[in-house]
Amino acid sequence: MSALALQLHDVGKQYRLGGVRTPYRTLRDTIADSASRLKGRLTGRVPRRAAGDDAQMWALRHVSFSLEPGEVIGLIGRNGAGKSTLLKILSRITGLSEGWVDVRGRVGSLLEVGAGFHPELTGRENVFLSSAVLGMRRQEALRKFDEIVAFASVERFVDTPVKHYSSGMFLRLAFAVAAHLEPEILLVDEVLAVGDARFQRKCLDKMQDVGQRGSTVIFVSHNMPAITRLCARAVLLDEGTVARDGPAHEVVAAYLNSGLGSSAAREWPEPAKAPGTAEVRLRAVRVRTADGRVAEAVDIRETVGVELEYEVLQPGHVLMPHFTLHNAEGTFVFVTFEQSDEWRGRIREPGRYVTTGWIPGNLLSEGAAIIGAAFRVLNPDRSLFWEQDAVAFHVIDHPGPGSARGDFHGVIPGAVRPLLQWTTHYTPGDSHDRDRPAVSVA
Amino acid sequence: MQTLNPLESVTPSNDGVAVMNPPPDAGATSHDATPVLRLEPSTRWVSLQLDELWRYRELLYFLVWRDVKVRYKQTALGAAWAIIQPLFAMLVFSLFFGRLAKIPSDGIPYPLFSFAALVPWTFFATGLAQSADSLVGNANLIKKVYFPRLAIPIAAVMSSVVDFVLAFLVLLLMMTTYYQVWPTAAVLWLPLLVLLAIVTALGVGLWLSALNVQFRDVRYVLPFLVQFWMFATPIAYPSSLLDEPWRTVYALNPMVGVVEGFRWALLGTNTAPGPMIAASAFAAVVILIGGAFYFRRMERTFADLV
Repeated sequence: MSALALQLHDVGKQYRLGGVRTPYRTLRDTIADSASRLKGRLTGRVPRRAAGDDAQMWALRHVSFSLEPGEVIGLIGRNGAGKSTLLKILSRITGLSEGWVDVRGRVGSLLEVGAGFHPELTGRENVFLSSAVLGMRRQEALRKFDEIVAFASVERFVDTPVKHYSSGMFLRLAFAVAAHLEPEILLVDEVLAVGDARFQRKCLDKMQDVGQRGSTVIFVSHNMPAITRLCARAVLLDEGTVARDGPAHEVVAAYLNSGLGSSAAREWPEPAKAPGTAEVRLRAVRVRTADGRVAEAVDIRETVGVELEYEVLQPGHVLMPHFTLHNAEGTFVFVTFEQSDEWRGRIREPGRYVTTGWIPGNLLSEGAAIIGAAFRVLNPDRSLFWEQDAVAFHVIDHPGPGSARGDFHGVIPGAVRPLLQWTTHYTPGDSHDRDRPAVSVA
Repeated sequence: MQTLNPLESVTPSNDGVAVMNPPPDAGATSHDATPVLRLEPSTRWVSLQLDELWRYRELLYFLVWRDVKVRYKQTALGAAWAIIQPLFAMLVFSLFFGRLAKIPSDGIPYPLFSFAALVPWTFFATGLAQSADSLVGNANLIKKVYFPRLAIPIAAVMSSVVDFVLAFLVLLLMMTTYYQVWPTAAVLWLPLLVLLAIVTALGVGLWLSALNVQFRDVRYVLPFLVQFWMFATPIAYPSSLLDEPWRTVYALNPMVGVVEGFRWALLGTNTAPGPMIAASAFAAVVILIGGAFYFRRMERTFADLV
């Protein structure tokens, strides 16, 4: 198809490092620079700038790929790989330094929800303001108004200033406006981190709608399950260049295996940035083998421990640490809760705790396993938080005995691969009846 | 950090159906007609792209509306501030310059003489301050969404027009009731004089707002600039203190034309400010065009610097 929705050719974006450290220049800097340049011109010498002052940094370099109309791709890579810069260039927020991009159709971006929202204005007013900012015509906004408000479930509060909204309501409304933009090309950056699970589901559905309507979508996320679930194709950025481009599950697997992705241990040294609530704060999540090593890759036969290190901040709560496991295809494999006689129903006083859940060997299927750490509080039962994609590890298959593979050498599908106990009963003779299975599974 | 609950989470769609595969031939018909936009590194000189600004006129309207709506939120006196500022300046001027210094006022009662100048001046000063700070004030918008950046300072200036209208009504009231001064036919020129004030405020505002993104010094320069500019404009005194041709040269300060024009159109001063207004209009247009091009040239870096 000749009419590509988006074509990037050798795109590069350069930043001055000095400009990164001091986001804006003062007049004095510029006068000093010009003076030294002038002096250099007069004396015939080119002045050497101080090292570092003029250091250039390529946030993106030689990035080329293209999208067919209606294609939905995931853009992945670790922090600082250039994902956000690329989205900013595509949405024309910032310019590019080299190369070119051809854009066909209206670009809508969900780089951060709530663009153009003003706290003093009511929900209704903000819907119109925000939709104008996002490039929607007033007629269009009027037509979609009820749908937007219903999508965000804020019908009762449309005439309340949004500064009185809960953060969840605010984000829902903000996302709803952006989601109803119906652009030809939609750029999405981590919006799925918005709201509760039910609203997240709505967002995912809405994005699928957008994709199925024929819109082209670029979806940036650290949520690998969501990437593989939503996108057929993924592009992996590393240090500003395209490291890999192909079917989403392959690229995600490559990313998780390369060590570029979430590692097997994640720590939050700064309490302010750590996931948590007023009751409990997560400080680290680690994947350990039975002998206590932090491991990125574990043998399929081995026991794996998922260790949650956390601080209890408020006294008097009965807490229930638990974790989730997704595979690279995005399948929710299981969620498991702490089970121990010692801590069951017992209040955890403030302090530091380490809780480890052991996944038995020969349970998981081979491939990436993505761990999310979560907490609930009991009496009354309520969810505190769920840090998705906290850590990831890789389950390595082992040929031969000791695993569920046995002597089979082909590809084994399935989200789990448990090693079961098998029994076979044999009755000698009487072999006329070929249809009857000779082996029965217990 | 995500506040999610895995138990309420969604059923996984692991059957692969949910993966958004491109529908066959999607867009093959409609997309071919869609114009292609090419993004390239910006060259030194850029066009103003006023056609694009026109397409975003609804956004302009909403930005003005937002600024007007929000400006006096959580103030006790609200929109009364639009009147209080020029009114108090008028009282102070009348006392010190009119009564004490006995500065001439072209045969007009001094309070009226100064207020007729303070109304457009206050509009200019507010519009200038609003637009100079507009890009920095809307940083989160600039960093998140694309739209013609010119809309921001333009909206900032236009939102001051509401204040101007309020102050202007007070001026009319003061003229017709207390001083019994009636405007002459020259009042028909007034809309053009208001336009001249808008052009001047916007022209200077474009320069300052773009400079402010790069140099936050602008914030500190601005109060001085406005103060000096006020004394360089015949607000407390008449321009008739100067002889021609200097009076016309003086009018290269565009606010001279605006202020003298206002007095002439409303109060009927016989200063015949035609050449002055022409000089002012010329200067204002030069500042505006220069500012617009400078603004557009710097625009690409706004999101990185602001």
